[in-house]
Amino acid sequence: MGDASREIMKQARRQVPEWTPSQVHEALANQHEAGPEHQEIVLVDVREKHEWNEGHIPGAIHVPRGFLELQIEEAVSDKSKTVVLYCAGGVRSLIAGTTLQQMGYKNPVSMSGGFGQWKGNGYPFVQPRTMTEAQSKRYSRHLLIPEVGEQGQFKLLDSRVLLIGAGGLGSPAAYYLAAAGVGTIGIIDSDVVDESNLQRQILHNTKRIGQYKADSARETIEALNPDVKVITHIERLDETNVARIIADYDVILDGTDNFPTRYLLNDAALIANKPVVHGSVFRFEGQLTVFKPYEGPCYRCLYPEPPPPELAPSCAEAGVLGVLPGIIGLLQATETIKLLLGIGDPLVGRLMTYDGLAGEFSELRLFRDPQCPACGENAHPEDLPTYAEFCAVPAR
Amino acid sequence: MATVRLAPVLRASVGGSKQVSAQGSNLAEVLNDLYARFPGLKEQIQPEESLSRFINVYVNDQDVRYLQGLETSVGPADTVILLPAMAGGR
Repeated sequence: MGDASREIMKQARRQVPEWTPSQVHEALANQHEAGPEHQEIVLVDVREKHEWNEGHIPGAIHVPRGFLELQIEEAVSDKSKTVVLYCAGGVRSLIAGTTLQQMGYKNPVSMSGGFGQWKGNGYPFVQPRTMTEAQSKRYSRHLLIPEVGEQGQFKLLDSRVLLIGAGGLGSPAAYYLAAAGVGTIGIIDSDVVDESNLQRQILHNTKRIGQYKADSARETIEALNPDVKVITHIERLDETNVARIIADYDVILDGTDNFPTRYLLNDAALIANKPVVHGSVFRFEGQLTVFKPYEGPCYRCLYPEPPPPELAPSCAEAGVLGVLPGIIGLLQATETIKLLLGIGDPLVGRLMTYDGLAGEFSELRLFRDPQCPACGENAHPEDLPTYAEFCAVPAR
Repeated sequence: MATVRLAPVLRASVGGSKQVSAQGSNLAEVLNDLYARFPGLKEQIQPEESLSRFINVYVNDQDVRYLQGLETSVGPADTVILLPAMAGGR
């Protein structure tokens, strides 16, 4: 330290009161006991971001010294508060104290000995969750969106989404959800990849014909994003496994092609209180909605009974333009992300339809049926038929 | 004449059209006019007295179950939408 900096320090020490970590610890404990109306002390960490990331005092606000003049008035608008500043060893915080005095703060205090001594005394500290450099780069376009940001991205990384089927709707949905960093993606599908799937089921490829779709999906997803854990369920969804399988997930994306599974899933999701993002396609048209238990209608409110099989052909019988499930599947993925992040207006109680030939989206209002046998007033979703035996179209 | 829009699964019964016109002052009359011209539709929409439970009928984007059902009035400028459940996803 040269003469000039020694002089600055001497001056600062005369001007800015210092508290030891023990004093700060006691003052914070007293304030905690006094309750939220008596918050006279604000704790500000003036170190650099990498130092903060390694650990900081709980409840502290982070304003690096380099940004102090620019950010402190936003962080601490009441200049009469006691602002306890700390750095690593107590030097930078002392100088920061003089800056606050210049800016009109009445009671800045510097914590002597800094975070080092605080930690040395055995006082508590927290380590903020941080992204790896690779994650910051990968999700940089999300981090720029205020509605997502770092916290939102962590939410996605902690989220668990179950896809019913890795087919036409499940493929694009799973692909983009994986790219978005949804941390756990479950896929239930007992089918194997067939040549006729490849016109639209983009998770799979020519080399994987004959492989289980769930395994093929996992390979594609893991190659795209190593952050994503893929859980494969190579089985059919039925009465015996549905409750166990959906239990671990936050949102279910329904991409099935048959009515028994849709009814089965509807009832189980109501019992487990899990939102289902529903989609279906037919030739040039598709539709989607969000079934959020007890907030909007359920599938049985809409269609209390399935149509007879001859009136409801599957894709295998009716055909579908390959890009159509891509559009609907990605709209389902969008709704899923909205639900996971709690942003926007999910399609609850609204049926969105898309007509590819006309180039038209339209929307219909859907209503909860108070008499619904699955979600109405005296409903027993556990007792309802799922029509497995009723539908001639095989559950695939 | 009211406009009736048909979901894709129903279009085969009306010769492939997405939209047809039909006469009547309430939903029952409009549908009966359709059945007279396109007999194949009746089985899919109203096989018995009441509307079938696997089809949703909207008048001007409102579900008729929450209007007056078959008695819901339909004016010449109104649009009836026939939307059965769709299953396809794969």
